[in-house]
Amino acid sequence: MASVPAGHGSVPLPSSAKGRSSRSPAALLLRQLFRRRLVVLSFLVMLAILAVALLAPWITPFNPMKMDILGRLKPPTAAHWFGTDEYGRDVLSRVMLGARLSLLVGLLVVVVATLLGTLLGLAAGYIRPLDGLLMRLTDALMAFPDILLAIAFMAALGPSLYNVVLALGIVYTPRVARVVRAACLVVREMPFIEAATALGASTPRIVFLHILPNLMSPILVQATFIFAYAILTEAALSFLGVGVPPTTPTWGNMIASAQQYFQQADWLILFPGCAIVLTVLSLQIVGDGLRDALDPRLQKAK
Amino acid sequence: MDADLTLDIRNLQTHFTADPGVSKAVDGVSFAVRRNETLAVVGESGSGKSVTSLSAMRLIPTPPGIIAGGEILFRGRDGQVRDLARLSERAMRSVRGNEIGMIFQEPMTSLNPVYTVGDQIGEALRYHQGLDRRAARAEALAMLKKVGIPAAERRLDEYPHQMSGGMRQRVMIAMALACRPTLLIADEPTTALDVTIQAQILDLMRRLQEETGTSILFITHNLGVVAEVAHRVVVMYSGRIVEEGDVRSLLKSPRHPYTRGLLACMPHLGQRRGDGGRLYAIPGSVPSPVNRPAGCTFAPRCALAEPACLAAEPVLEPVGPDHSARCRRWRDVQ
Repeated sequence: MASVPAGHGSVPLPSSAKGRSSRSPAALLLRQLFRRRLVVLSFLVMLAILAVALLAPWITPFNPMKMDILGRLKPPTAAHWFGTDEYGRDVLSRVMLGARLSLLVGLLVVVVATLLGTLLGLAAGYIRPLDGLLMRLTDALMAFPDILLAIAFMAALGPSLYNVVLALGIVYTPRVARVVRAACLVVREMPFIEAATALGASTPRIVFLHILPNLMSPILVQATFIFAYAILTEAALSFLGVGVPPTTPTWGNMIASAQQYFQQADWLILFPGCAIVLTVLSLQIVGDGLRDALDPRLQKAK
Repeated sequence: MDADLTLDIRNLQTHFTADPGVSKAVDGVSFAVRRNETLAVVGESGSGKSVTSLSAMRLIPTPPGIIAGGEILFRGRDGQVRDLARLSERAMRSVRGNEIGMIFQEPMTSLNPVYTVGDQIGEALRYHQGLDRRAARAEALAMLKKVGIPAAERRLDEYPHQMSGGMRQRVMIAMALACRPTLLIADEPTTALDVTIQAQILDLMRRLQEETGTSILFITHNLGVVAEVAHRVVVMYSGRIVEEGDVRSLLKSPRHPYTRGLLACMPHLGQRRGDGGRLYAIPGSVPSPVNRPAGCTFAPRCALAEPACLAAEPVLEPVGPDHSARCRRWRDVQ
């Protein structure tokens, strides 16, 4: 409420009325989230990476695909900030374009995993007879390490960008489903659900309009983490050669092809690697911040 | 069913399948609520009073619960009488919130935290009466004013967490009455509120009843509240009605030892301190609904019990005008 500018108007509002309009759950959440400086910083880094990813085709200093046989494996210079790779292509331009692909994969995986996971989680949490079956299924999927399961799916589906999305989407669905089910089990027993039933709301209405909006916080937190994991796992898949086809400049592919040269040209690994670390780290910190901001125990303590 | 009755419950049986057997939470309860009347159902925890009200709304979780017998006759707005115990779930949905409103005990948690109170009051209006967003909002505003919320225009867009318990209970009442139901079921609506707010809420309910002519089924364990709001009283014990009657005669001259015990349990001002003024408590507790004793269910806790009380269950017999009690020895109860 301190953010309301003084002398903002001549209407004498009672002090409790100030900032009322911004007290929606979303506004409260943002205020809580940006209390920590590190989270603000990470959020800004995230936005910067996102901006680069969106604008990549127009702002790369060189054509990321253009080869230059004479300028092969050149260390960073004023012209090529991140140096050039084994075909003389500009590494900075490729890292920028790689951001586009890595973030696209991450985002699509989040969409797939969140949609599937939320539906499965709601089904398990609300329809009791389904609970056991669905949860054993997610247990089975979660028993495999992420990367192993993703490799298995990729082996079955064949390498392509969208198969990576599908594979990772399925790999991360159980995480969302688990979280949604657990929260759904709590919310379904809340008195306001009984009150909604007593007002004549139908079952779909209860589930999607009364329970689901109350699960948004845990879903949001999971989505942020899955975004980070997906980028990391996509890089790992590409590195292992079972991810996005190697001609596409994703960060994982760049590191994979740099393996052979990194003794002479360590910048080939350094810069895409830094891009991955920076992206994943900022996502994780924002995710952590979200989780803290949404933790009801901390809310009470403030 | 008489023309002036809104709700007529006949021989209601609500059972729960529990591990050791069948728990008869409500075992043959009959009472009626007249138009414009407030009927209070009183009893300890476990007496079946809440289960009775939830049965009337068909909100008993099934399984394990089931309405095993009896009729719940309800006269709708159109004057038609329906048996709610046998209505389809779909038809029941159009009764809930529309023809019967319900208020719960916990105002702090009975509102959805993610919607504004305006949206929540308007929601039922939108799906029961097909109002559009704007009309529902206008109606919600009118309801907020009606339940006495100051600065209703501003409060309309607030979230429940911005309101106090008393305010939220007013919002709950506004939600329950938004569709102008003919019956309002209030399940301990003031138990979670402090006494000054409690008095305001009771006052509000009384005023709204005068304005709208709604019948009220008031569930409570607080006899002070009963004296405030009720026209007639039903006292439940262990799933059965033990005494019922007009509020004055029942509270002035209770004819069942249990009712008398409940009244004696109430602390009152001017009570002497020390041993001589010890607060009375009914010894023992409500028997398990799975394994009720034979005969009078209250006999094990009753000072007046004699061997005959354990032999057979007494009947609910008239003890005065509009007053009956289920006790063989009602003449000895002062």
